[in-house]
Amino acid sequence: MSLVFDVNRWWPAPLLPRRDGRDLALLFVVAALSLLAGLAAVGALAGHRASQGWQTELTGSATLVVRAQGTETADEAAARAADVVSGVRGVTEARALEAAKAQALIAPWIGPGALPPDLPTPRLVAIELDRKTPASGAAIAAALKAHGVDADVDDHSRWSAQIMRAGAATEGIAAAIFALIVAVLAAVVAYATRQGLAARHDVVEALHLSGATDGYIARLFQARFARSAAQAALAGAVLAAAAAGALKLATAGDAQLTALLPIAWTDLAAVAPFPILGALAAAVTARVTAMAALGARP
Amino acid sequence: MRYGREPEVLKEISFELKRGSFHFLTGPSGSGKSTLLKLIYLAEEASRGRIEIFGQDLALLQRKDRPLMRRRVGVVFQEFRLLDHLSVFDNAALSPRIAGRKPAGYRDDVADLLNWVGLGQRMQAMPQALSGGEKQRLAIARAVINRPDILLADEPTGNVDEAMGQRILRLFLELNRVGATVLIASHDLELVARSGMPVLQLEDGRLAPEPNFAPERTA
Repeated sequence: MSLVFDVNRWWPAPLLPRRDGRDLALLFVVAALSLLAGLAAVGALAGHRASQGWQTELTGSATLVVRAQGTETADEAAARAADVVSGVRGVTEARALEAAKAQALIAPWIGPGALPPDLPTPRLVAIELDRKTPASGAAIAAALKAHGVDADVDDHSRWSAQIMRAGAATEGIAAAIFALIVAVLAAVVAYATRQGLAARHDVVEALHLSGATDGYIARLFQARFARSAAQAALAGAVLAAAAAGALKLATAGDAQLTALLPIAWTDLAAVAPFPILGALAAAVTARVTAMAALGARP
Repeated sequence: MRYGREPEVLKEISFELKRGSFHFLTGPSGSGKSTLLKLIYLAEEASRGRIEIFGQDLALLQRKDRPLMRRRVGVVFQEFRLLDHLSVFDNAALSPRIAGRKPAGYRDDVADLLNWVGLGQRMQAMPQALSGGEKQRLAIARAVINRPDILLADEPTGNVDEAMGQRILRLFLELNRVGATVLIASHDLELVARSGMPVLQLEDGRLAPEPNFAPERTA
């Protein structure tokens, strides 16, 4: 390597000093925020998928609680109800559950084996609805009434509404967390910019007196913080994706956990724009802060 | 001119520097020399009175136009104000760079100027490695690289030997010859006298009459 200075190969050096300890602290905070935002985003996507799945299951089925009338046995009443419902438009299948299955469903409330054999328990009919044009609970009830079947229709709409509310709440909370993280990022960058302007007062002064505009100086800080935020956000996003991926692998064998948090591999792509978003938020904040601070100078 | 509630640093001052003139600004420490220069290079705003540069009233100058005005004013600061993280070459190249010129358009000028002020062998050095005299010369190179219309210098020969002082003075005279208006604040009365140039003398914040040097003044 030649030590002779070649003027023709000279290229301007960065006008702001290299990063120091303050910048490293900012990198750490932005990376942590990116990690949290990434987990929130993946969690929101998985939560949305879970609620959608539950809702689809609920709206795709209904249940009848059938009571026997007159000399009719409970099994006969259930079979007749299944027949009636099978003919309703929008019902793909209606199947009377055996007594043992019906008792198994209420076992969690009264305990196994605690049900007297002569207790007249109602029979259940499981109904599968057409996913595209499902029969309404009212239509099914009307058909049953017309055929003199004493039954209650549970079209799961009560649970469906609750799940929809829970899903919307989950998405709202995730959006609020995301907005909070962006606000914290902006506050941190604004603070760092003010600190940077104060710490590099000599540089700012020299640039100003050499004819640099406020915009020129602000651009230096804008570019510095945008680059730092992009790098830190990338690190945080990679960590978030790795954590979410590890969670998916860890819960792969557990059906209940997978149903609660059904993370898809494609969800991990949600963190992909974080470096750009982080850089953008940092650039805008740094510019606004720097312009305001520089504007107070003579 | 006053800072906060302090007594006025400069008062009842009225003078005009003709385009292409060369003046020294003298006076004891605390007489207001540096403050007067700061007002001209727009580092301070006058608390009262009126300052015109290039026919422009500074009080009416919009903020967006101040950088363009500053680019026409070269300043050699007493404390140099070099950027320690930039090399000698980068420091000297600061003004054309800020003005938005392409490196290929000014790097030869920077190299020539650094050679002229005796820093041709120190172009890659960092300011911390320079002596006081070298820093002074670098500060001068940075101030004159853009061929300013006004060159202000605050004690520019304070850290150099007599020979370099003479050389720096010749540089200022040369810049003045090609059209720059020069105002140099200096304690070096011998240098001032030897130059034969007119003098503005400050005493206790006021411009003192100095018949020996006959400065150009307006009423």
